[in-house]
Amino acid sequence: MKLSVNGKTVNVDDAPDTPLLWVIRDSVGLTGTKFGCGVAQCGACTVLVNGEATRSCSVPVGSVAGKHVTTVEGLTKGDTLNRVQQAWVDAQVPQCGYCQSGMIVATTALLAKHPHPTDAQIDDSLTNICRCGTYDRIRVAIKKAAGAA
Amino acid sequence: MKRSTFVATGAATGGALVLGFEFAPSGRITSFADAATTRLVGFVTIAPDETITIVQPQAEMGQGVQTSIPMLVAEELDCDWSRVRVESFPAIDKIYNNPAFGIMGTGGSSSVRGWFMPARKVGAQARAMLVAAAAQKFGVAASELRTQNGVVYHDASSRKATYGELAGAAAALTPPADVTLKTHDKFTLIGKPVKRLDIRDKVDGRAQFGIDVVVPGMLYAAIRQSPVFGGTVGHYDEANTLKRPGIKKVVNLKNAVAVVADRFWRAKSALDALNISWSDGPNASLDDAKIAADLKAALDDDASAAVAKQVGDAAAALKGAAKVVSAEYHVPYLAHATMEPMNCTAHVTADSCEIWAPTQFPGPIVQVAQRFTNLTPDKIKIHQTYLGGGFGRRANMDFVIQAIMLSQAAGAPVKLIWTREEDVQHDVYRPVSTTRIKAGLDSTGNLVAWQQRIASPSIFGMNPGFGPPQKVDDSSVEGSADKRYSIPNFLVDYVRKDFAVPVFFWRSVGNSQNGFFFESMLDEVAHAAGKDPYEFRRALLKDTPKLLNVLEMTAKLGNWGKPLPKGSARGIALCESFGSTVGEVAEISVDKGNTLRIHRVAVVIDCGTVVNPDTVVAQMQGGVNFGLTAALFGAINIAKGRVAQHNFYDYQMVRLANAPHIDVEIVTSSGPPTGVGEPGTPPIAPAVANAIFAVTGKRIRTLPFVKAGFTA
Ligand code: FES
Ligand code: FES
Repeated sequence: MKLSVNGKTVNVDDAPDTPLLWVIRDSVGLTGTKFGCGVAQCGACTVLVNGEATRSCSVPVGSVAGKHVTTVEGLTKGDTLNRVQQAWVDAQVPQCGYCQSGMIVATTALLAKHPHPTDAQIDDSLTNICRCGTYDRIRVAIKKAAGAA
Repeated sequence: MKRSTFVATGAATGGALVLGFEFAPSGRITSFADAATTRLVGFVTIAPDETITIVQPQAEMGQGVQTSIPMLVAEELDCDWSRVRVESFPAIDKIYNNPAFGIMGTGGSSSVRGWFMPARKVGAQARAMLVAAAAQKFGVAASELRTQNGVVYHDASSRKATYGELAGAAAALTPPADVTLKTHDKFTLIGKPVKRLDIRDKVDGRAQFGIDVVVPGMLYAAIRQSPVFGGTVGHYDEANTLKRPGIKKVVNLKNAVAVVADRFWRAKSALDALNISWSDGPNASLDDAKIAADLKAALDDDASAAVAKQVGDAAAALKGAAKVVSAEYHVPYLAHATMEPMNCTAHVTADSCEIWAPTQFPGPIVQVAQRFTNLTPDKIKIHQTYLGGGFGRRANMDFVIQAIMLSQAAGAPVKLIWTREEDVQHDVYRPVSTTRIKAGLDSTGNLVAWQQRIASPSIFGMNPGFGPPQKVDDSSVEGSADKRYSIPNFLVDYVRKDFAVPVFFWRSVGNSQNGFFFESMLDEVAHAAGKDPYEFRRALLKDTPKLLNVLEMTAKLGNWGKPLPKGSARGIALCESFGSTVGEVAEISVDKGNTLRIHRVAVVIDCGTVVNPDTVVAQMQGGVNFGLTAALFGAINIAKGRVAQHNFYDYQMVRLANAPHIDVEIVTSSGPPTGVGEPGTPPIAPAVANAIFAVTGKRIRTLPFVKAGFTA
């Protein structure tokens, strides 16, 4: 089947019930999207599907045919970070970094919907897990990115 | 310029300088492969364009070591920090051994502690060689030269030369054995908040973790291990599985079955369809009730108790006490649940073995690989990657051994990935532990006796490779036995009681449970004495100024004693671990529905000399959330010989909505650096439990809080 990932059309031969996550990682070869739980609990695998934050471990690839998938790699233009990524660097958010692709993609979707999110909106939409506990800085970075909008 | 480089073992603390010659540059510095570069003292490579590449041997798992160790080298080298690049994960070499362990590995909050002097010595040696090269070039004495920002100056003749210009000549010199290190007042980099060098790679997906490794011709493996500890594989439906697309092999590892396929999802789906039956073995009836009963019995087993620490006569002092407070505390097993599940890629052939692993201990993997392949160490190559969290879990070798065996069975490179369910059910766990404490107060409410027995499995006993067996396992009693409050009659003893559940090092190790035991009980005792818990601790620390200072700073930062709305309160705790002292005040509220909110945590740490303050702050914040997750939710329960939890839905983590705001203050100190990665974790559980008591009058003696009827 044909997939649109980060604006490029790619051909994959995975079975349609294969989770989008594994197609992105193993067939498309983009490894920024991470596997954390496989059951839509942690958000490490978050990508945008037509702009919506989506936990790719729990979405069959067959269901995204014809839709636009954006991964963390697709947020940068050349070497230029998007404002969320830049805020993450400025606030020195990542520790191990493993959860951060999902956090950044989820925040990008949040700010598209709510350019100046309240704490409650942040709590509701950023339900991803960071085992390193970078939450304080994530909140700071989200607000920084919102301010830069 | 010649591509000659040399290596010195000057890195080893106090060790003699042994020189060797290496005529090929390390294959990993690919960007300089065609440039003439020189490597000084095995750690520093200077390119003609002034780029300085510093080797950083420790595992980067979020603690910022990839920046702090190069800072130590760069400080003494006097180079331009903006030109510094890091070569991480070098090949196994004894010069890169963690000076704290004598082997390449990361754990025990030891990286900066271990490297503080050796890494600076490396920088100073390299600087001295560059100065000597400049002295030759200018025909002047080295003493007439000074260095700054990557340039050697001869002020008298207004001449100068850059490190890039001098590197080739410097590389031909012998590193001086004796170098003088800067005094702390001369530091320009150490102690400044430096932006981490790995962060840029961690915001756009380019950082390579173990799970991201791709090797030509690589296959993928999914694994299922015996649900019951100690069980073995019975029967499974191999014939039908092999008919599925992409399936290469089904491998019976005796205690596990793995499916090897051309893609991970195919391997995993086929594994799910294997219909494995298991032979459960002798542990199939083990459960929480049996573990709790055995630990309780162990508390009464005087004959087996071994003394961990004794001062005065606690038993006699209890008899004479005006008031005795006694209580039992208990904590469950805990899983590490690193964000990146266990994984490893191995490629074993008849005459080579290559391993790519997110590991805390690349050094010992060589020995492990030797054992399983019968190859000599020169045929074994280890590639370390970024770690998606470690917390102690990745010092274990189970997943590496499996990958080696699977590559051997498949005759191809194999990337093994555990599912989260395997990770939760086949971790090596923070031990369960139970304690009984009796404390005696005199008639004026002074603490005169403390008698404590701890019963738990022994980490060192159950992992003999990590050190000689001890009569009293330090890792079972640390955080209780080594408390430094002035208590005239003090006894902590230990009864070892192992179960079939494997145990291991978990961020802050024994301090994680003993911090909760001791600091909660001390709070009980303070209340029994009718005293403020902070003032009660102050009185016990009057002979320990370092701890007293941290306690007082913590109270101040935590607004101790300031009024709060009804339903809110503060709790305080102070723990020493890995050489550092950390105080925490938690400000919480509990509503009518027993919803517990942790609003703010104030943290003060004394960790001696600070290298990168921003990473210390980050580690305190992370350490608090790690301990808070355990205190609120953490429990691995055992039923029918297996772990009852599966994934994050029943092994919950703190998330953004229940994460507190955390303020951190660092004590100014010029003492030797002490641990940072772990010490933030122990005080949070007792600080919150003590606050819960202050609000509700309910004393929590068993973790986690959700089991006591609270929600978060
Ligand atoms: S891996 Fe998809 S939500 Fe955890
Ligand atoms: S930075 Fe490690 S899990 Fe979030």
